[in-house]
Amino acid sequence: MTYENILIFISNHIMKSTRRDFIKIAAVGAGGLATSGGLFSWARANFFEEVPNAPGMTRTPTYCEICFWKCAGWVYKNEKGEIQKIIGNDEDPHCNGRLCPRGTGGVGMYYDEDRLKTPLVRRTVNGKQVFEPASWDEALDVVAQNLKKVAKEHGPECVALFTHGSGGKFFGDLLKAFGSENITAPSFAQCRGPREVAFLSTFGEIIASPERTDIRDTRCLVLIGSHIGENMHNGQVQEMSDAIDNGATIITVDPRYSTAASKSKYWLPIKPSTDIALLLAWINVIINEEWYDKKYVEKYCYGLEELKNHVKTFTPEWAYGITTIRPDVIYETAREMANASPAVIIHPGRHVTWYGDDTQRLRAVAILNALLGSWGRRGGFYSPEKKDLPSYPHPEFPKPKRTWRDAHPGKYNLALEVVSNDICDSTIPSPDRACNFKAWIVNGTNLIFTLPDQKKTLEAIQSLEFMVVIDTMPMEITGYADVVLPECTYLERYDYCRTDQHREPNIALRMPAAEPKYDSKPAWWIAKKLASKLDLDEYFKWNDIEELLDWQLKKVGTSLEEMKKVGVKKFPREYDDLYFYDDQEIQFNTNTGKIELYSTDLAAEGFVPMPVYTPHEEPQTGFYRLNYGRSPVHTFSRTANNPNLTDLMDENVLWVNPKVAKEWSLKAGQKIWLENQDGVLSTFPIKVRITERIRFDSVYMVHGFGHAEKRLTRSYGKGVSDTELITNVKTDPIMGGTGMRSNFVTFHVEDPHRKEVES
Amino acid sequence: MRYAMAVDTKKCVGCSDCVVACQTENNVPIGYCRDWIVEVVDGTYPQLELEIRSERCNHCANSPCVRCCPTGASHYSDGGIVLVTHDECIGCGACIASCPYDARYPHPDGYVDKCTFCIHRVREGQQPACVEVCPTKCLYFGDLEDPESDVSKVLKKRKYKTLIPEAGTDPQLYFLI
Repeated sequence: MTYENILIFISNHIMKSTRRDFIKIAAVGAGGLATSGGLFSWARANFFEEVPNAPGMTRTPTYCEICFWKCAGWVYKNEKGEIQKIIGNDEDPHCNGRLCPRGTGGVGMYYDEDRLKTPLVRRTVNGKQVFEPASWDEALDVVAQNLKKVAKEHGPECVALFTHGSGGKFFGDLLKAFGSENITAPSFAQCRGPREVAFLSTFGEIIASPERTDIRDTRCLVLIGSHIGENMHNGQVQEMSDAIDNGATIITVDPRYSTAASKSKYWLPIKPSTDIALLLAWINVIINEEWYDKKYVEKYCYGLEELKNHVKTFTPEWAYGITTIRPDVIYETAREMANASPAVIIHPGRHVTWYGDDTQRLRAVAILNALLGSWGRRGGFYSPEKKDLPSYPHPEFPKPKRTWRDAHPGKYNLALEVVSNDICDSTIPSPDRACNFKAWIVNGTNLIFTLPDQKKTLEAIQSLEFMVVIDTMPMEITGYADVVLPECTYLERYDYCRTDQHREPNIALRMPAAEPKYDSKPAWWIAKKLASKLDLDEYFKWNDIEELLDWQLKKVGTSLEEMKKVGVKKFPREYDDLYFYDDQEIQFNTNTGKIELYSTDLAAEGFVPMPVYTPHEEPQTGFYRLNYGRSPVHTFSRTANNPNLTDLMDENVLWVNPKVAKEWSLKAGQKIWLENQDGVLSTFPIKVRITERIRFDSVYMVHGFGHAEKRLTRSYGKGVSDTELITNVKTDPIMGGTGMRSNFVTFHVEDPHRKEVES
Repeated sequence: MRYAMAVDTKKCVGCSDCVVACQTENNVPIGYCRDWIVEVVDGTYPQLELEIRSERCNHCANSPCVRCCPTGASHYSDGGIVLVTHDECIGCGACIASCPYDARYPHPDGYVDKCTFCIHRVREGQQPACVEVCPTKCLYFGDLEDPESDVSKVLKKRKYKTLIPEAGTDPQLYFLI
């Protein structure tokens, strides 16, 4: 039997297995295979700069991968050549030289000894499924053969890529070359999707990232459930601080007394799920009192009369009964916004998939901004620009016969990106679907903790013929993979340059500060090798990443050599000004060419053209609405094992109002288990934090904890996973987003799992 | 020269960046810290107040830790910065007990460690690591005797307090309120 035959036998065997057992990484075969020498000559410290005022230290440029803000910085190495610290790049508009705690603690991602160390291939040994360490060549052969098999039997369109991170672009290129456009990031349908669809249908442009909010120059910042300061979106946190210095008014709407609420002139402790009623009442007051920017609305907006009629009955008194916010407060805060107009921001938020009518809520936000004339104005929303780098020449990508939209035609027509949960749904076989996904490539996103309704995610995974996971850490998702590929961390690799939008177009370079630890490899290398095994070499014609980057950079008048020295390079704006000028004639990218208060897009799709308030589910007796949010020291579930960051926070706690705690006789620090409305129990207990900062009808926890993967030694069993308790998903019919805030939990003071075993 | 620091509690969001930056700058072992965050909640829902403070050694002008150190390891340095000479420290812990701010910890290598206001950086004309990294720019450092320093200017402009002034240690960490 030849080597090739053995591999085919193995892959067939994997496919025939009826059940995909969760495998704890490295359950078999300790340690990795010997690293292949010579491959990483590019990564050796062939470039470094002596650092002034720090003798013996050297530094190389990077941009951060701990979150999506992607701040540019310098990685400092000590005289022994060890990575010691990461400091922001002063020239970088994302961070202005100041990284956030996660970026500063990024060193922990590199040093984490729990990292994935070697490629792993699922095999059955003595009837038990295990991961066996494999060489890269062997592991990539298994991946290539399985992808080819799926393409042959079902078509290349039946392969989907889930990605969240810089390396994903290389796998995206690979998938497009392979013949599939099903490339999805949970950052759309599990996060910011509704705001992008809402703003696009209103202004003809999306918000994108970093947000185009002109916070530093605003006079009034309105945050609706957005907890800037706890979400550590660096540039926004910095600018909110500048706004505080400048005496701006902050209005925070949140059932929880967030950090931002504590910095606010007005905190509106709203009843959860009633935000649209408040927004409509604000619109009602601003129109009735004629506080809107008349000149702006007349010149740029479409549908004012329709809107006037629509909001007639949505008075502050009407909203009081729904939101519990007093009419005089609604009136007064509307006045504050109008006084600041146009330097006012009703912030669109970022994670906005809450109740399933999220696009409509964000439409109300967009409309309010339009009435106050803040779009395109200083202190409101600026017009961002980005510097695009050209793609390295490659043959045209094949045109796929089908896309994810063909799985259920007519649904989510307004979705701007591929809907992750829809890929998941369409992976579960059903006779009424034209396309079922058969293979997943998952890079840098722990879908078990990212997608709500874990049962469905697992069902989809069990339906797959093949799944390869590329990650730096043994996240839960790796336990379900057929092949696990260890990616090196951002401190050990090149990626495409960062080209995100900002006030000034700019690009940032990431280069390796150290050689990859263990037998890990950068995404570009993995994608290129895999392309070769899939006979797609022509799409990856560059020899190595330096050649690719240098080619791109030279096309815009710089070079890899220059970027290594500066890290960040700014370019002049090419298109328009940061703000509209007086009486500027503007053709907005909407059907009417105007800012649409009345949305013709939504009307055409059969949705209400102007937002309405719909009541949402409320907790039953003894249950509390499960709210979740961010900690400034963690990103999603991604950093939960980072040694530097777990040192600051190694578990989440459950915020409980003192009245509720008294009713349940809960003590501070007591460990309790949670059960949701569908009878789903939390795997682990969570410590109680008794605090006045949370409403009596809700509880709150930070997302991303409660890891059940034992190889995450620092985070295993610490706290509770909110995701496992989110089983009641309210899908936004407009763009497919997963509303996750209609889940309710009750408490168990004794371990309910033990009870089950005894009975 | 009199070095001091001011912390703007109106801007601090308690993100702990100062803590991480200090750890990586000064090789503070994981599990220990030289600076930390305190959050004080006052009131009943929904009438609430929250004060967030980034705290560290107060570099007191009348330091009980310096006074009680049996070996002279704890001492005043440039501009009143309180330091510990690691080689002279016997790890007796008298200073830890005497500090009203609980600002010192026993380093696993056998000596007592604490905030140095990043004197190694200050001597090079740089700011302490926590000041330089703070995303909200809520930390101000400088020489109180220089009216043009960041810290002098902000203290002139704003209302402030010190912590446990009744201990009589003359703390040099000011909180803008």
